[in-house]
Amino acid sequence: MASYTVSGALQRVLFGLQRVSFKSRCHVNTTVSQYSTVYDSNEKTFDKILIANRGEIACRVMKTCKKMGIKTVAVHSDVDSSAVHVKMADEAVCVGPAPTNKSYLNMDAIMKAIKQTGAQAVHPGYGFLSENKEFARRLAAEGVTFIGPDTHAIQAMGDKIESKLIAKKAKVNTIPGFDGVVKDAEEAVRIAGEIGYPVMIKASAGGGGKGMRIAWNDEETREGFRFSSQEAASSFGDDRLLIEKFIDNPRHIEIQVLADKHGNALWLNERECSIQRRNQKVVEEAPSTFLDPETRQAMGEQAVSLAKAVQYSSAGTVEFLVDSRKNFYFLEMNTRLQVEHPITECITGLDLVQEMIRVASGYTLRHKQADIPINGWAIESRVYAEDPYKSFGLPSIGRLSQYQEPVNLLQVRVDSGIQEGSDISIYYDPMISKLVTYGSTRAEALQRMVEALDSYVIQGVTHNIPLLREVITHPRFISGDISTKFLQEVYPEGFKGHQLSDSERRELVATAASVFVVAQIRSQRFLGNLRVSSSQQERRRWELSVELEKGVHAVTVSHSGSACTVDLDGKRMDVSSEWNLASALLPVTINGTQRTVQCLSRNAAGEIELQYFGTSYKVRVLSKLAAVLSKHMPEKVPEDTSSILRSPMPGSVVAVSVMPGDTISSFLQNSPQLVTLTGTFKLLSRQQKYKNCNEPLNNGLLQF
Amino acid sequence: MAAFTVARSGGRFLRGLYAFKGLGTGRYGPAVSAVRSVTQQQMRSYCAGHLSVQERIEKKRRAALVGGGQKRIDAQHQRGKLTARERIELLLDPDSFVEYDMFVEHRCSDFGMEADHNKYPGDSVVTGQGRINERLVYVFSQDFTVFGGSLSGAHAQKICKIMDQAMLVGAPVIGLNDSGGARIQEGVESLAGYADIFLRNVTASGVIPQISLIMGPCAGGAVYSPALTDFTFMVKDTSYLFITGPDVVKSVTNEDVTQEELGGAKTHTAVSGVAHRAFENDIDALLNLRDFFNFLPLSNQDAAPVMECHDPSDRLVPGLDTVVPLESTKAYDMLDIIHGIVDEREFFEIMPSYAKNIVVGFARMNGRTVGIVGNQPKVASGCLDINSSVKGARFVRFCDAFNIPIITFVDVPGFLPGTAQEYGGIIRHGAKLLFAFAEATVPKITIITRKAYGGAYDVMSSKHLRGDVNYAWPSAEVAVMGAKGAVQIIFRGKENQAEAEAEYVEKFANPFPAAVRGFVDDIIRPSATRKRICRDLEVLASKKQTNPWKKHANIPL
Repeated sequence: MASYTVSGALQRVLFGLQRVSFKSRCHVNTTVSQYSTVYDSNEKTFDKILIANRGEIACRVMKTCKKMGIKTVAVHSDVDSSAVHVKMADEAVCVGPAPTNKSYLNMDAIMKAIKQTGAQAVHPGYGFLSENKEFARRLAAEGVTFIGPDTHAIQAMGDKIESKLIAKKAKVNTIPGFDGVVKDAEEAVRIAGEIGYPVMIKASAGGGGKGMRIAWNDEETREGFRFSSQEAASSFGDDRLLIEKFIDNPRHIEIQVLADKHGNALWLNERECSIQRRNQKVVEEAPSTFLDPETRQAMGEQAVSLAKAVQYSSAGTVEFLVDSRKNFYFLEMNTRLQVEHPITECITGLDLVQEMIRVASGYTLRHKQADIPINGWAIESRVYAEDPYKSFGLPSIGRLSQYQEPVNLLQVRVDSGIQEGSDISIYYDPMISKLVTYGSTRAEALQRMVEALDSYVIQGVTHNIPLLREVITHPRFISGDISTKFLQEVYPEGFKGHQLSDSERRELVATAASVFVVAQIRSQRFLGNLRVSSSQQERRRWELSVELEKGVHAVTVSHSGSACTVDLDGKRMDVSSEWNLASALLPVTINGTQRTVQCLSRNAAGEIELQYFGTSYKVRVLSKLAAVLSKHMPEKVPEDTSSILRSPMPGSVVAVSVMPGDTISSFLQNSPQLVTLTGTFKLLSRQQKYKNCNEPLNNGLLQF
Repeated sequence: MAAFTVARSGGRFLRGLYAFKGLGTGRYGPAVSAVRSVTQQQMRSYCAGHLSVQERIEKKRRAALVGGGQKRIDAQHQRGKLTARERIELLLDPDSFVEYDMFVEHRCSDFGMEADHNKYPGDSVVTGQGRINERLVYVFSQDFTVFGGSLSGAHAQKICKIMDQAMLVGAPVIGLNDSGGARIQEGVESLAGYADIFLRNVTASGVIPQISLIMGPCAGGAVYSPALTDFTFMVKDTSYLFITGPDVVKSVTNEDVTQEELGGAKTHTAVSGVAHRAFENDIDALLNLRDFFNFLPLSNQDAAPVMECHDPSDRLVPGLDTVVPLESTKAYDMLDIIHGIVDEREFFEIMPSYAKNIVVGFARMNGRTVGIVGNQPKVASGCLDINSSVKGARFVRFCDAFNIPIITFVDVPGFLPGTAQEYGGIIRHGAKLLFAFAEATVPKITIITRKAYGGAYDVMSSKHLRGDVNYAWPSAEVAVMGAKGAVQIIFRGKENQAEAEAEYVEKFANPFPAAVRGFVDDIIRPSATRKRICRDLEVLASKKQTNPWKKHANIPL
């Protein structure tokens, strides 16, 4: 790799060239990644960097370090000793046992590792110690560079009240409100006029939605004031009311900023992160469909002025809430590299990690604001080891028995820190990877995302691909009509998986029947065995019964070569494929339409599990005879679990508030008794008993 | 031989009848109906006047096809069970069944049994041969609708006939058991019938695979036929195996026990180890049996079958490089290794709920059937005890008898200590596994994944027991015992045990001591294990090894 200095303009040309041959993995050769690590070997930064993190972000940072010729040091807990980030690093130091407070948050051990390996700088990634001012201070005291902003910026932005004050001072929009008690309806109207509609009138003592009214005009304000004060008085015995700006259908849009230590700061456009559950982002994109150039510029400039106000250096993110009228309000500033930084890299062509390292070693920014492009569209899906059918995602754990990233597809980038055989444990974030797709238009990027999700093989843990695929193909998402309430609004009853249309159901039934027939035919192919009947001809026509979601379909399949012709309810479907039964991925062509189906499992009893449109479906295929006879089979009574309490997710037991022999009583449905509390990395779950409760607990009734 | 011919043509007639009734697919339609019309004409010319022979034949056939009559068939269905014929139809390839002895009737003349309404053509069992995925198999299926499937002399004779033939041509026998027991009215003739079957089970043992699927009651002396066969499978909730039923148990030992507790599928697959696996219902069981059958050679004269395989034999399995935890006391699932290595993650486990500290079962490597034995670190640290030794030994002997290569995964901390084990005869039972591995002459490939301690190391298909290829993973520790125990003996009473322990670990807790002596052939990367095994199996396909002539060996039973 020849060293060269590149001007911004040339870099854009280079970037344009890269787009011709995209691949997902970044290697030293810059032509195969979505971001360009263009470096000058005369521009000396560090010899050795310690990455105080794990998983995908540690791997991400190391990739850039390798390209820049910097040696890397990984730290790891004992359970992570064979993790990908450890293998990838030049050196690795174990910093303690599995729990994060004893390893990845263990500053003493990490400081020791720095000394031991002679690392000159530390990249903290995100989470863990990335926004810990004490850590930054200790590094500074040892003369080790912290790759991130200065301590005072971390401190200033880490405090919600202080950051809001600084933002106000820097002329950044903050959520307007009246910091006092409203006396009467007319005062409410006056204040509302000052704040601007819509406003929210809420009880000072309020909670649970009681005494809360949203007003869009003066009339509604008066009415709202009246009702709210009455309700507040009757509910809380306190009729004092507050008014603040109501952000309707808020979107979460954030601006990436990059600043150096010489007072220069840039905004690298926005990321739309509105699709969230429990305030955690699920799908992100850059740019946002919602912003016009003026709003973007206004937000960018405010973000930069905030960065300058705290003498920010390094990469950072200013988060805003944006309402339906494109008013935006400062939420907070994250003083670290964000999880979703790859989409910004895709549309700007910058390597943010490289810029962070450059800035940390004192160089000035190489780019001017005018050099920052929006090239195409990038979408990121966070693939989690989570059960999307429980509150849009409760953590699951397990060993990745099969794992295949869709990296062979064009313009797909997968940032991950795991591989086949890795364990997803309760100790750490259950994120499997960040799946990023890129295209010259949003539609192209979305189409690639569909293909990438369909071709992503993850077995051994429950994952959220069903939810991701539904979100990115939902008409509201496609049209850009999203807000932070998207999931609750679109799935008010909770996520239930893909809902099959009639034609999709037929496709699925036809595919399952074809898989069954192909497997049956293969099970007669004994090689070199002369004791197989020679008089029999291969069966060409199969009468089958296919059961899917309680519906039974009579199907006739005829088979020749690699093609199956399926007759289903008088409709003919041609299903062809290479039929590689050893691979989970099953690319099929159904009546000329290509689909990537995954065959997750298949057994002798005709049960076939197919992943289709992201969701997995259990299909049972039986011969006509077996189907007819199956009506005689006894119904198996499922185990009665009403008196058993199972934890909805894996975790460690934090507290048990009952004893063996205790009687759990619950007379009111809405006041269940807390039995246990279990917890994982980020989540606490209460196990409460609603039904069948008036019985004593036996030992072992509690199952975890 | 005459009887044989009649039986053969009988089979044709049945097919003709099927075709006639529109049940057959008509593949042989024209040919069979041609035969039929010729025969019919002949028949007519012989006996015009009375009920023609042809009519009598068809009447008998019709009677045979409905067994004990529609009422009893309905009752059988209500119990959640299929009839003997429905079971055969599901088990075999469509239209492949050739029935024998459809006209056989019982010969009992006591207790009013001689009356016409007490005679059923074919009696209480359906026998014949057919194909499973085009390969020959002999089948008998007991008919519960006829005298509760009870075993008469004629019933036993029918079974013996197909067993004899299976031996002659070298093809497996599958028994579908659903019988109330001996036909009491026939007395000693029934008992003789059992013994005739037992004798054939024993002579056929090791010559042709014998499989029993218990699909209803099987009690008293009848249980010994399944017990003598190679594999016994059961159907959950509808099948029972016991020597004496709950009533007798109550009168003798005063124990209150239900049929299900005494001899149900759960008891025999998890507690007694009598049955090798259980399935949800009749249909599941029969479909699984078809699947299982594909793993077996037809006889001891045939090589293990090789099937078309889509899984590349040189596939690397990256997950295996991290499957063994670094702490040697931490458990992992041996099934993760097995599923990763075998073709298409397909593993037919034998006795999955019994003696779970050892895993045995069938899989394929590059299409070829192999038997897999593995210690299971997840259960009791994978130690060997009485039950796991017996389970392993029986499986190894089956594989050896039927030319199925054995792949052994070793992670064993030793034999389980304790009075329960010693009093139970762990010495005698452990010896069975040792005996089985030592005696086996099929290709034997061994992979030591972690611990191989003490005598258990020797037992688990070690080099010293004629292992053909023995590998160690880098995580292997071949030693007399673990560091802690060893140091307590070697350095008894000495201070600084920790240091001594570290020294021991350095010396022994790695594959080198075994490798430098040639006790393992190579230390391999776990991810390359599949590739290595597939290559070795290809090389070993022509292995020829015989034990010295003997009447039979004297395995410590």
